[in-house]
Amino acid sequence: MGVFRLPKIKSLEELRKLREEAIKSIRVRESTSTKITVGMGTCGIAAGAREVMHAILDELEKRKIDANVITVGCIGLCAEEPLVTIERGGQPGITYGKISIKKVTKLIEEHLIKGNIIDEWVISRG
Amino acid sequence: MHRIYRSHILICRGSGCPGSPMIIEALKEELIKRKLENEVRIVQIGCPGFCSQGPLMIIYPEGILYCEVSPDDVPEIVEETIIKGRTVERLLYEDPIAAQLVTHYSEIPFYKKQKRVLLKNCGLIDPENIDEYIAEGGYEALGKALFEMSPKNVIEEIKKSGLRGRGGAGFPTGLKWEFTKNARGEKKYIICNADEGDPGAFMDRSILEADPHSVIEGMLITGYAIGVNEGFIYCRAEYALAIRRLKIAISQAMDYGLIGENILGSDFSFRITIKEGAGAFVCGEETALMASIEGRRGEPRTRPPYPAVKGLWGMPTNINNVKTYANVPRIILNGWEWFSSIGTETSKGTMVFALTGQINNIGLIEVPMGITLSEIIYDIGGGIPKGKKFKAVQTGGPLGGCLSTESLNTPIDYESLKETGAVMGSGGMIVVDEDTCMVEFAEYFLKFSTDESCGKCVPCRVGGKKMLEILNNITEGKGKLEDLDEIENLAKFMEQASLCALGQLTPGPVMSTLKLFRDEYVAHIVDKRCPAGQCVPLITFYIDEEKCKGCLLCLKNCPVNAISGEKKKPHKIDIELCTKCGTCRDVCKFDAVYTK
Repeated sequence: MGVFRLPKIKSLEELRKLREEAIKSIRVRESTSTKITVGMGTCGIAAGAREVMHAILDELEKRKIDANVITVGCIGLCAEEPLVTIERGGQPGITYGKISIKKVTKLIEEHLIKGNIIDEWVISRG
Repeated sequence: MHRIYRSHILICRGSGCPGSPMIIEALKEELIKRKLENEVRIVQIGCPGFCSQGPLMIIYPEGILYCEVSPDDVPEIVEETIIKGRTVERLLYEDPIAAQLVTHYSEIPFYKKQKRVLLKNCGLIDPENIDEYIAEGGYEALGKALFEMSPKNVIEEIKKSGLRGRGGAGFPTGLKWEFTKNARGEKKYIICNADEGDPGAFMDRSILEADPHSVIEGMLITGYAIGVNEGFIYCRAEYALAIRRLKIAISQAMDYGLIGENILGSDFSFRITIKEGAGAFVCGEETALMASIEGRRGEPRTRPPYPAVKGLWGMPTNINNVKTYANVPRIILNGWEWFSSIGTETSKGTMVFALTGQINNIGLIEVPMGITLSEIIYDIGGGIPKGKKFKAVQTGGPLGGCLSTESLNTPIDYESLKETGAVMGSGGMIVVDEDTCMVEFAEYFLKFSTDESCGKCVPCRVGGKKMLEILNNITEGKGKLEDLDEIENLAKFMEQASLCALGQLTPGPVMSTLKLFRDEYVAHIVDKRCPAGQCVPLITFYIDEEKCKGCLLCLKNCPVNAISGEKKKPHKIDIELCTKCGTCRDVCKFDAVYTK
């Protein structure tokens, strides 16, 4: 910070726009009701969970969705990794199995935006 | 420019957590080692307030708080929490009353009864990054004031809110602004008093270190309201970190054009200069402060005329405390009704206290006005350590007064404190337990105040010294009963005739302890005894034969060989040889040394 000069804010509208951008980078410190958990034990990593997590982060950013992503260790169902659990607003979490990078876009669109649970991919509810 | 990190690790980089740079270094290394540097962001924050448990680390998005973190803990934290999502139990806060580990920052009893309005950003944002302040709504209040309110509206809003000066006197802020606005003068000034001199006070320092922009924004709004284009922040030189953070904040705000010409495209211009103090407590007094800025010796002058009419270089000047300015953006943004809904009838809003002394949860707290002393000491402060009993709390620093157990249920506000003989002051709260001698306590504050007297007026310069001599005599066992009357006379003289508040309030701690603990003074004078067992000339050291294990430790450490005894047999102190240095009491592991 401070290596280059920041551009002058010339109006209240510009300040507000800057705020919208800045909020994204500290959003993770605010409580949000949507939590996405990605299994990141050895089994998860071996199955490609790290790349899936990055894909989820990119998709959230692209669609400007407010959610927190956390990683956890192995929950035991190694055969179904990468495992992704989505919890929203106090509702019981839905755990999806075998989520690949290709499935991420549909997962976010269906579950988070349209509110539809993708039954074929569900491993457990609650 | 804004990469999204999935996890933020916040580390306190306030003056109260000096070990944190090493933790940050260790974290950086570990994250690179585990290839997580693009997913996890390390954020340095200002003081979150829970100082007794520092160095503090808060991990988001989970909101987990880790206490007393050391660089050696870092690999485990990264492995367990960042990678595996588990908590490291030994670093969690243990609630001593519920005997439970508490994971989340917001559930810690220390924070539950607080109302963190002014301190909202402290411990949440990186004070060296203006974007984070803006993300949390920063400078929106300034925008609202500049474009949606007239200067008169702004003053009205502050008047209606009931905000009173947080420097200690509690004068209605809106009214002061109005006086300055209406005063005649070709050039007017705004000054922020950041000279925080009270021993044990660190409220202003923490705010400047953790959220400097809140003060800057407050000053800008004030400037707009009063019609002033130049401001000074007078900060004591000892606050090196606060000054550094202020300089960075001002520079970033200037880059964005938030300080300078035509702010946010309006007609309003403002510039801020930092002036460092030079180690004089009296320069916290407004007229002495202004003298210092003008380059003269820091000495107060008579008032009226008040600074609002004739201040810096003879021009109308508005001086407010750090906390007062920090409240301004919040009031403008949320409205006067919101602010006046908090607190009591006469004292609106919240108050920030620095809780220190013999209390478990030492740190920075913010509570609504009207909260009781008992809630502060026990619910938030966690009570007195080592199971000792609460004896008194000194409020308002060396110019304040004491509250005893009688006042535990008193709601804290400006008026109720005045009634008990204490003072709100700037927010310092020093708690003492049953082992504290109140006479010596008062003597400590008196020594401080007399040292800091500028010497200009007789009541303070001579009165203070005479009072100190009397107190010295009392603690050395040379006091007389007439001394108590003499103290009262001197106090009256100083209160009525001193040039400034330093002289007027110097007798405060003495009079207050005399009122609440007169029996201790009498015991010192008549019985030549210190009931708390502290005043060295008045106490005798003994070894409790039942508790003594005969370990020879005190014997070996006594500098005058006054202790005799064999291994495993109770030791004995020769009173004739004893110099009362207290070493035996300090080294004894079995609490076997007592005084009478």
